[in-house]
Amino acid sequence: MEDTKPNVVKITFDGIEVEVEAGTTIMQAARRIAEADGTQAHLVPPAMCYYKPLEGTGGKCRACLVKVAQGSAKDTRPMPKLVPSCITQVQDGMVVENTTNPAVLEARKGVVEFLLINHPLDCPICDQAGECHLQDFAFEHGAAQTRYEEERRTFEKHDIGPYIQLHMTRCILCYRCVYTADQITNQRVHGVLNRGDAAEISTYIEKAIDNDFSGNVIDVCPVGALTDKTYRFKNRVWFTKPVDAHRDCPTCKGEVTLWCRGEEVIRVTARKNQWGEVQDFICNTCRFDQKKTSDWVIEGPTKVQRSSVISANKYRADLVKKPDFALKLASSQYKAIDDSRPYVTDPDTIRQQSVENNDKANHRSLLAENN
Amino acid sequence: MTEAPNTVAFTPERLAKAREIIARYPEGRQKSALLPLLHVAQEQWGWLSSEVMDYVAGLLSIQPIEVYEVASFYTMFHLEPVGKHVIEYCRTGPCCLMGGEDVYGYLKQKLGIGAGETTPDGTFTLKEVECLAACGWGPVFQIREKYYMNLTNERIDEIVEELSK
Amino acid sequence: MTKKILLEHAGVSGIETFDVYRKQGGYTAVEKALKTMTPDEVVEEAKKSGVRGRGGAGFPMGMKWGFLAKPEGVPRYLVCNADESEPGTFKDHYLMKTIPHLLVEGMIVASYALGAHKSFIYVRGELLYVIAILEKAIEEAKAQGFLGKNILGTGYDLELVVQPGGGAYICGEETALLESLEGKRGNPRNKPPFPAVKGLYQSPTVVNNVESIANMPWIINNGGEAYAAIGIGRSTGTKLISASGHIKKPGVYEIELGLSVDEFLNSDEYCGGIRNGHHLKALVAGGSSVPILPAHLITKTATGENRLMSYESLSDGGFATGTMLGSGGFIVFDETACIVRNTWNFARFYHHESCGQCSPCREGTGWMEKVLHRIEHGHGSMHDIDLLVDVAKKIEGNTICPLGDAAAWPVASAIRHFRDEFEWHITHPKEATQPGAVYMGDSILV
Ligand SMILES: Cc1cc2nc3c(=O)[nH]c(=O)nc-3n(C[C@H](O)[C@H](O)[C@H](O)COP(=O)(O)O)c2cc1C
Ligand code: SF4
Ligand code: SF4
Ligand code: FES
Repeated sequence: MEDTKPNVVKITFDGIEVEVEAGTTIMQAARRIAEADGTQAHLVPPAMCYYKPLEGTGGKCRACLVKVAQGSAKDTRPMPKLVPSCITQVQDGMVVENTTNPAVLEARKGVVEFLLINHPLDCPICDQAGECHLQDFAFEHGAAQTRYEEERRTFEKHDIGPYIQLHMTRCILCYRCVYTADQITNQRVHGVLNRGDAAEISTYIEKAIDNDFSGNVIDVCPVGALTDKTYRFKNRVWFTKPVDAHRDCPTCKGEVTLWCRGEEVIRVTARKNQWGEVQDFICNTCRFDQKKTSDWVIEGPTKVQRSSVISANKYRADLVKKPDFALKLASSQYKAIDDSRPYVTDPDTIRQQSVENNDKANHRSLLAENN
Repeated sequence: MTEAPNTVAFTPERLAKAREIIARYPEGRQKSALLPLLHVAQEQWGWLSSEVMDYVAGLLSIQPIEVYEVASFYTMFHLEPVGKHVIEYCRTGPCCLMGGEDVYGYLKQKLGIGAGETTPDGTFTLKEVECLAACGWGPVFQIREKYYMNLTNERIDEIVEELSK
Repeated sequence: MTKKILLEHAGVSGIETFDVYRKQGGYTAVEKALKTMTPDEVVEEAKKSGVRGRGGAGFPMGMKWGFLAKPEGVPRYLVCNADESEPGTFKDHYLMKTIPHLLVEGMIVASYALGAHKSFIYVRGELLYVIAILEKAIEEAKAQGFLGKNILGTGYDLELVVQPGGGAYICGEETALLESLEGKRGNPRNKPPFPAVKGLYQSPTVVNNVESIANMPWIINNGGEAYAAIGIGRSTGTKLISASGHIKKPGVYEIELGLSVDEFLNSDEYCGGIRNGHHLKALVAGGSSVPILPAHLITKTATGENRLMSYESLSDGGFATGTMLGSGGFIVFDETACIVRNTWNFARFYHHESCGQCSPCREGTGWMEKVLHRIEHGHGSMHDIDLLVDVAKKIEGNTICPLGDAAAWPVASAIRHFRDEFEWHITHPKEATQPGAVYMGDSILV
């Protein structure tokens, strides 16, 4: 009988057989392999736009393209083009090639290069350094040097509300923050404006993103485009120790990761799984206003599972073996991290500063316009 | 220059037209009226200020950002004040083969402005656009709904004179 | 003399009005289809005709209709693609402004075949005056009982809505068009699901080009088989060709598929040959997206056969020595045309029109434009040529929608066939940047 197990299909991914429910995507099937056997994590296609907790994400960045060498047991033809594994559903008997297919690796190298041509190489001064998915992606799949000689696109950075800073120049237009605002908050005030490579994340008219759950856009951003103003420049992420903690929160589940130095909470984020995806979205009160360890019940050190530079410590320049062009180029613009400034945790002061910063940014834009 | 609107509302006729447009779409799909309404708005105000876009958002019960996202995607919508006549000339290959670059050069020289600029008296704005689907009749530009085709320097003299009156 | 199917009455004065159109036999197809045929029989005629989509991809229209999902209780939609924005293509513009009722009649027949009760014609926003013409035609047809409720007493209801775009080439891509029609940014959708299953408003939808649909009245009146008898092989029927560039008689022509390229280009009935006594240098046969061909591959294929105006013959030789019929945008270049400049111009177009959703197209189109701009303006270096080829290759096939391919092909093909011209721009920056300078083998033409 053909349909004895109607809901389970078997696929072969880079030579490994795995059984998954019908309707699963290739990406999820690959993750299943890695979850069962941690040593296979490197087989999982990289995802720069897909984000499982957010419906409709994926298909845009093309980082996860794979080759379907056999469509299914019934139709054994290969698919003519590489397909995005994050949104392509498996078929019974499908054969997928990822790290085993040179065309896939070549295309992926292309995607790294495309994503970096308009991305500033300011990793040394970027808050996201150490937990940036683009950095990981470029390190693992990129070429050693860029061939891009043209001028890079730049934007002014600006504050969207008292807590969040948008550094559009770093954005890779994954749309995750847009889906987050649509699905997690009750009103979206930011979005993608313009089109092509002039597209930008913006509120159009200066508008604060002000909503109980707006801070989650920071957690979903794969790069340092949306950052936590209450944390900025205070520390490089690999010097801080994450711990799992919770509190009784009336708005959200209150389960978070605290990033501490000594007794101080310097940043609060949602807890993330192995794939860098938020487990439970958290509210702004938990994220921005609870900055003392006494506000929290500490559960213990967070296990960082993601195979990222932060756990492998690859990012330390002295440990980098293969030439990392981003680092090399960026070293010319390296600025020492300003770690001596007093920490600001009082929300009113933060708000005050943000208003001032906004004014400054506006002035700069006005000046630029008038000159 | 067209003044920024101070009272943002459609004229009664345009409001009636807007309601008619909105009613064309199936129940719950009123957002489909967005592009047609933005055209109506631009017809009334000449350009789309954020107040105008907010007004349109209100008519359709959608978030203002949804209007900004759409208006900034499409090239026909002016998000900044423009002159009385917006000359949109086609810069794409086939028109260039027909001598477009020379003719547009003449036009710029005549008006004393470049692409994206408005004459000091606010009469003309020049805008560079891509293919207008009139390649065999090029060079071509359009001013609102009117197409001006097979352009030559002489034709440009006539058109500019006519419109300057 | 080609059999005319679409433009037969184009010259009749007043043909844009209902009365004149009706006198020329207009709307008889609506009567025949609605009164004497079932929807499936109409689909069957479309299948028999073999008519292929005229929007560019050339997919058989009847077969596409056959794929339309028909779940109970869910509306189905027909959307006509009148976004025509492909450089070199202006046939839909011409057809709609000249014989608007032909499209309206075709829409009624096609909507009936698909069981649609609300159908849309999505017209590029720039053609505001054409939208007015179409709306007037729809009003007239409605007043005569050919649209609206209970058409001709048959119990079939249909409403036709003309939707303006807002200025975006990408909205010609069918899923971007549907997004736009829903009032959103024109970002193409990932496929699957295909529109036939989930299209407009998440309902099963067919998207067809203006010209495809305008063939339906003739097919119904004369039968699918009669249509299939016109043309050559799998390229059945006639095709509107938009001819532009360095020819004596630019314009829109209806040809029988299978006409030789030589005849189309040189006979007085069509393009009338190259203007001003010049010579043919290159040709883009199907709109800016298709590969450009050098003179020696235009009227003959690489194997020396006569090149014909048909889907098959134009693609003979693959991308190495062939091209595509595409949307029928026939752009002719004589020796005064600079291929590098034109390639840069087209690259700028695709850069400008990329929706920006997927990284290879968003970043790659801009990169190609900038490199080409550099070469054209005398700042290129030799490795730029291979860089362009490589960037084009990394875009092609790796994007959400075919705009990525459409951006890559013109660049790759121009370099394939005119590499020496690119090299000359790099080795002779001074000469190449003189106004109007054009490379001709080893001599320059200024
Ligand atoms: C970038 C892009 C632009 C397109 N522009 C048009 C267009 O302007 N008009 C059109 O009919 N089809 C266009 N198409 C093709 C449509 O996606 C679609 O295939 C067509 O409308 C189907 O109709 P047909 O089968 O009748 O040709 C375009 C496709 C792409 C990828
Ligand atoms: S700001 Fe971040 S999350 Fe938002 S689109 Fe850009 S990269 Fe993605
Ligand atoms: S290929 Fe270009 S136009 Fe098409 S979806 Fe991607 S970015 Fe948009
Ligand atoms: S993760 Fe699949 S396309 Fe971005």
